[in-house]
Amino acid sequence: MSSRILNWFKFSSPATFYPLAGRIGVWSMVIAVVLIVVGLYMSFFVAPTDYKQGEGYRIIYVHVPAAWMSMFIYLVMAFWSVLGIIYNTRLSAMMTSALAPTGAMFAFLSLWTGAFWGKPMWGTWWVWDARLTSALILFFLYLGYIALQGAIDDTRRSDRAGALLVLVGVVNIPIIYFSVKWWNTLHQGATIKMSGEASMDPVMLWTMLIMTFGFWAYAIATAMSRVRSIILERERETTWVSELPEVRG
Amino acid sequence: MLEVVELECMRGDRRLFTGLSFKLEPGELLHLHGRNGSGKTTLMRTVCGLIRPSAGEILWDGEGIWDQGDDFNRDLVYIGHKNGIKDDLNGIENLRICSVLDGVQINESQAWDALEKMGLRGHEDLPARVLSQGQKRRVTLARLLTHDAKLWVLDEPFTALDKAAVEFLQSVIRDHVANGGMVILTTHQEVNLTRGHPKQLQLGWKGEGDV
Amino acid sequence: MFEVYRAILMRDLTLALRRRSDVFITLFFFVVVVSLFPLGIGPEMDTLRMIAPGVVWVAALLSSMLALERLFTVDFDDGALEQMLLAPQPMFILVLGKVTAHWLITGIPLVLMSPLMGLQYDLSGNALLVLLVSLLLGTPALSLIGAIGAALTLGLRGGGVLVSLLVLPLSIPVLIFGAGAVEASVSGLGEQGHLYMMGAILVLALLFAPLATLAALRISAE
Repeated sequence: MSSRILNWFKFSSPATFYPLAGRIGVWSMVIAVVLIVVGLYMSFFVAPTDYKQGEGYRIIYVHVPAAWMSMFIYLVMAFWSVLGIIYNTRLSAMMTSALAPTGAMFAFLSLWTGAFWGKPMWGTWWVWDARLTSALILFFLYLGYIALQGAIDDTRRSDRAGALLVLVGVVNIPIIYFSVKWWNTLHQGATIKMSGEASMDPVMLWTMLIMTFGFWAYAIATAMSRVRSIILERERETTWVSELPEVRG
Repeated sequence: MLEVVELECMRGDRRLFTGLSFKLEPGELLHLHGRNGSGKTTLMRTVCGLIRPSAGEILWDGEGIWDQGDDFNRDLVYIGHKNGIKDDLNGIENLRICSVLDGVQINESQAWDALEKMGLRGHEDLPARVLSQGQKRRVTLARLLTHDAKLWVLDEPFTALDKAAVEFLQSVIRDHVANGGMVILTTHQEVNLTRGHPKQLQLGWKGEGDV
Repeated sequence: MFEVYRAILMRDLTLALRRRSDVFITLFFFVVVVSLFPLGIGPEMDTLRMIAPGVVWVAALLSSMLALERLFTVDFDDGALEQMLLAPQPMFILVLGKVTAHWLITGIPLVLMSPLMGLQYDLSGNALLVLLVSLLLGTPALSLIGAIGAALTLGLRGGGVLVSLLVLPLSIPVLIFGAGAVEASVSGLGEQGHLYMMGAILVLALLFAPLATLAALRISAE
């Protein structure tokens, strides 16, 4: 048991993680490209036309996975923040800040595709639906994190302040979601129910899953490449960085 | 007793010092030397517990300062670059609020007394806003007279003080050390601190750390 | 412990009394923002009555953001904050004392002014009372949540704007239930549910926000 823990901590050192991150990044990118190409092909040409919503519904193959990823990435950031606060590992904060732009991108993508979906379905670009509103707030939380990181020069402070902000956010998300939902049911007028997911065609479900895993792999790939540049920037004074072939060359 | 073990401090991405160890026993004074930017202030703030070191330990009576919290704080006075007094309060009010925070109760006449000893007679009830730099420093330093802490951490305590005040502060520090107190201080001024041999610590060379 | 709380509270109130302009700026901002809306929307009383709860609440939210920046900045700049962090006192109490003072200085004037603002929008007597109560429960929660943001952005460039960016998303529940309470009372649905929720939010904020604020202060004061 103890040897396994030691093993994990070995990878929490930037010097050992850097090459590993490179390998994970390349492979995730390959997987991401394959899955997203297959997923997009399936969503445009294989998945059946929805009998209620016609062809326009196909955007949900991007929309739903993006929305899932935007929520999932925030949870992963919270996980790294907790690790960083408890074990004081430098790598956790680097991972958190490497993930944030991707998370914000997915949140934005889900809002944007949501608007494109809403126009033909609901006849309007934006609806103050509980889910849309919560997604918007999640996007704001990402922006807040990124802005705070940008404003702090000292890396130690930005790491710890960022971790705290993510945790405060994660604790608040259920409260925010609940209150937005309640607010929405009080103002029934604008609510339009999405078609039930239970009656989903298996091909549709598979397409959705493939796209989700593709996005997942993409998120890992971008986070890894970002964390590599963060490591290089922060450890530029150390010998192991100056001995790297890409730095020397 | 204060014990610093293998301390390492970073400022941004820069390592200020590493592997720094020293001990301070009751009745000892430690004089920190080093040019600007060598980490004197960082070291003092770390010893106080304001900054978490990136490696190493600080022990007070054998226990880490981060584990004992208020017990260590009760034994400590830190006087930094910033005076920590409010511009809109007068000397008496400033001193009294500081002592409530320090957990030592002083009444108004004790506060008057301390300020008078610091040479602020006649200025006690003026808002700190209208005092000169040196007078503000004196209000801050008056805390040393009302406090019974064992460890004093003084960052450039003599700045802005006139000759008489420097003399007086030196005698206060000497008395504290003679009575078994501990002092860590930095100063760029030539001062006569103790009759005995103050410990000297030079910061700013690679691999230093011996006292 | 109570003595320290009282000492910090009295200190901050004394300081505020000697710099009264800070108090009035927040209040003045609140009044101006609320009075601007009819100019942008038009004088139809039916519309105004409908938007009144939201407008007054959003204005209260923005004014309390405006006041946040000063919550810890002055103490940070003159070094009083680091002395507080080193004091052998429960820091939780000190943070609570500072936030209480901040609320008394900036929150209470808004609460007292709000019925007058509601009158501009032709709210009924009962709705005015609910508005007052909802702000009375909501503004301390806003101060508590805002303190986290103020502590995180201490001493940063553009701190004021950054505080709003960090804190506004977190204060959405307070806004929803606060404005909702008044709306519910106007439409005759009963405001009790909303007010209970606000009470619950306030209790949660009282328990947890000072802890997060304290952690943030320690990070920022390094």
